[in-house]
Amino acid sequence: MKELKDVMLAREAQSEIVIGNSALVRAMVEAGTRVVAAYPGSPTPEIAEAIKAIPRKERPFYFEFSTNEKVATELAFGASINGHLSTVFFKSVGLNVAADSFVQLSLMELTGGMVVVIGDDPGANSSQNEQDNRHYSQLSYIPMLEPATPQEVYRMYLEAVAISRREKMPIILRLTTHVCHAKERVSFGGWKPLEFDDKPRFSSENGPYVPITREVFPMKRRALNKWEKVREYASSSDLNRIEDNNNKKRGIITTGVPYLSLQDVLQDLDDDRQNKPDILKLGLVQPLDKKLILSFLKEHQEVKILEELDDVLELQIKSLAFDEKIETRILGKQGIEDWMGEYTPDKVARVLRRCWPDLLPKEETEERSLPISPRPPQMCPGCGHRSAFHPIKKALDKHDITVADIGCHTLGFLPPYEMGEVLLSMGHSTNTGAGLSLFNDERKVVAFLGDSTMFHAGLPGIVNAVFNDHNLTLILMENGTTAMTGHQDHPASGQNFNQKVEAIPVRQVLEGLGVKEIYETDTYAQDRLQEMVEQAVSSSGFNAVIARHPCMLKFTREQRRQGSYKDKKVKIDQEECVQIHECVSDFACPTFQLEEDGTVWVQDDLCIGDGSCLQTCPTRAIVFAEQGGGGDE
Amino acid sequence: MSRTQTIRNNKLDLYLIGVGGQGIGMLSEILIRAADYAGYPVRGVDTHGLAQRGGMVVSNLRLGPKTFTPLIREQQADMVIALERNEALRGMITHLKRGGELVYYDTSWQTLAARLGQEEDITADRIVAEADKLDVSVERVFKEDLEDARMQNMVLIGHLADKERIPGTKPEDYRQAINDLMRGSMLEANMMLFDSLVNQG
Repeated sequence: MKELKDVMLAREAQSEIVIGNSALVRAMVEAGTRVVAAYPGSPTPEIAEAIKAIPRKERPFYFEFSTNEKVATELAFGASINGHLSTVFFKSVGLNVAADSFVQLSLMELTGGMVVVIGDDPGANSSQNEQDNRHYSQLSYIPMLEPATPQEVYRMYLEAVAISRREKMPIILRLTTHVCHAKERVSFGGWKPLEFDDKPRFSSENGPYVPITREVFPMKRRALNKWEKVREYASSSDLNRIEDNNNKKRGIITTGVPYLSLQDVLQDLDDDRQNKPDILKLGLVQPLDKKLILSFLKEHQEVKILEELDDVLELQIKSLAFDEKIETRILGKQGIEDWMGEYTPDKVARVLRRCWPDLLPKEETEERSLPISPRPPQMCPGCGHRSAFHPIKKALDKHDITVADIGCHTLGFLPPYEMGEVLLSMGHSTNTGAGLSLFNDERKVVAFLGDSTMFHAGLPGIVNAVFNDHNLTLILMENGTTAMTGHQDHPASGQNFNQKVEAIPVRQVLEGLGVKEIYETDTYAQDRLQEMVEQAVSSSGFNAVIARHPCMLKFTREQRRQGSYKDKKVKIDQEECVQIHECVSDFACPTFQLEEDGTVWVQDDLCIGDGSCLQTCPTRAIVFAEQGGGGDE
Repeated sequence: MSRTQTIRNNKLDLYLIGVGGQGIGMLSEILIRAADYAGYPVRGVDTHGLAQRGGMVVSNLRLGPKTFTPLIREQQADMVIALERNEALRGMITHLKRGGELVYYDTSWQTLAARLGQEEDITADRIVAEADKLDVSVERVFKEDLEDARMQNMVLIGHLADKERIPGTKPEDYRQAINDLMRGSMLEANMMLFDSLVNQG
């Protein structure tokens, strides 16, 4: 077996098929990065998987999953001002959590250098929005590089490190989902392990580091000067490059994934090179290299700004052209659709057709109708959340209000459960629920919150509910892990990324925060959970129900690894089944399949034999199958 | 120019589709490495993250020098390789080109709508009927005596290798890929299954 570790630690130059996230880790190793921190979130968790592939003793840097993105950012900042090259990574909306400290970074002299890696998610593949974090670059005066391929991820991280160390300023490396997860053969350089200088070099003389009153302005001036220096530097680097197709009429300015899509779409006119627009591909997307852009504008009659999500480049380029009295026709967004979704090749073809109807050959896609509905993600067979939602739904009146939070349990909003009807962000549920409870004697309010999310952003809200005496029930969906992003440990797991540690039990946290009324049960005890929730919502004030069951995906995987997994299945006793269909329609474990004649059967590929379904059948027709058997005869 | 040569000079787009948990990641990783061993420039991208939890998952795999993005365009894939019957239908309709090839493993994991009785169940015959409308050739793959459902992906791999469905990519290329990605008893079991599937002809 080829070990990822060997790719990450090879001394010689090499090439390997890897995803962008793994290429990033190799770049961290080569660059001499010393401290890395993160909070898990798609599309970035595989960065930590590549880090994990390197055993701790051989790992040339410190890594931790911090409790949230702000903590991770501050940790990386602290390391940097002590002289260590640091990096922090998280998903798009993670930057909102980190923002309070992140926006200060450009004011600071980062003596060790620091790279902020953001995994943006155009298309909202695994996020609650598709926010365009290029705005944050402008907001904070922190330059931003945007690679298009895994090879560029590797290269641009090294470039970001070089700029960051030279200017002692933070640099953002903006990845997007299909850059993080794209795979290709990437060429890496050699690696000579550095002798690190461990001396703590923090000194206020490198600062100032306290931006209060009169100090703010010299600090801001220095930040803006650095920003302009990076703009200057762009002209002498090849981060931005022109592909000259000798087209005097049309040019396109683009970046990242849209650039790749454009290249593919332009293949359609391969035989007619005269039509092929010239392309300016930006790698440094903020600040803009004005000189290069001006000359590109001047050389063309029309320039299309092909950018995913918002009109960040368009506004700046148009304002530049206005100032310079350039008459080139600049074509930007043409309607709301252009602001939405990932710029896949299909999308880019549509955008270009709107812009230049004569450019591409005739559309060849035909009308086709799909006879099946989408298949959104769902809770796994055996999932403790399913065993929670089933009785909780029974405990509540249908007019009661349930508030979702972020985690696998968010999926409870889908039919047939429809539990958790409103969602903002990590840790919002207690507080949104508190707001919903005001002037409300009619409809009970229940908020769901996962255990990892509780530590991430849930604590202030719980304190607030106690402090201000709000009237709602918090149901803590405790599965012992950060399940949705791939089973990262959290403070109640008893283990961090690097070692076993003393767990901080969820119940003790709640008690410590002053929650007086706490119920707790394993969710497989569905009747008990139902009674507890009935009791909790009928008492006034703030209380909590801990609905606990380990993540079964993680649990069964561990069992398989340890060899203790027993291949159990359930089956339907067709003699006893009277086709009430509670198993398929209400409990709805994906294992249960429905024939058109109403017969229910068990899909053995899916069943893990956990037996949580047995109690849901009114006629007790779900039974454990004989060993080695399963399914239905 | 032979078909292999034509593809080597252009592109071959393979659109892989299945349900989260079926092992599409491993399927895609073996294919990309086997094609790499066979000398193709390769590029790909998989679904990661939450979508893997029992939802539809896809992997785009693009072979040949004339590709830039890893993303395959709608109705332009040369081949759809599916791990599940319902998703085979979906992949064919959304991404397969007219006259393309569909290879699928015939297990059925019903969609929620089918389980709630709101939508008709998709049968193997229905796949063929829909394929005919698009001049698509269908290869249904199924192994009656397969004990471990987690090895359905390997049954598909064995089929693709045995029939040389990726032109110029030989069983030995697949074996190297499998050796790169697995070890211990998992490697042993999968290699034994693979060998039993490619040595028949």
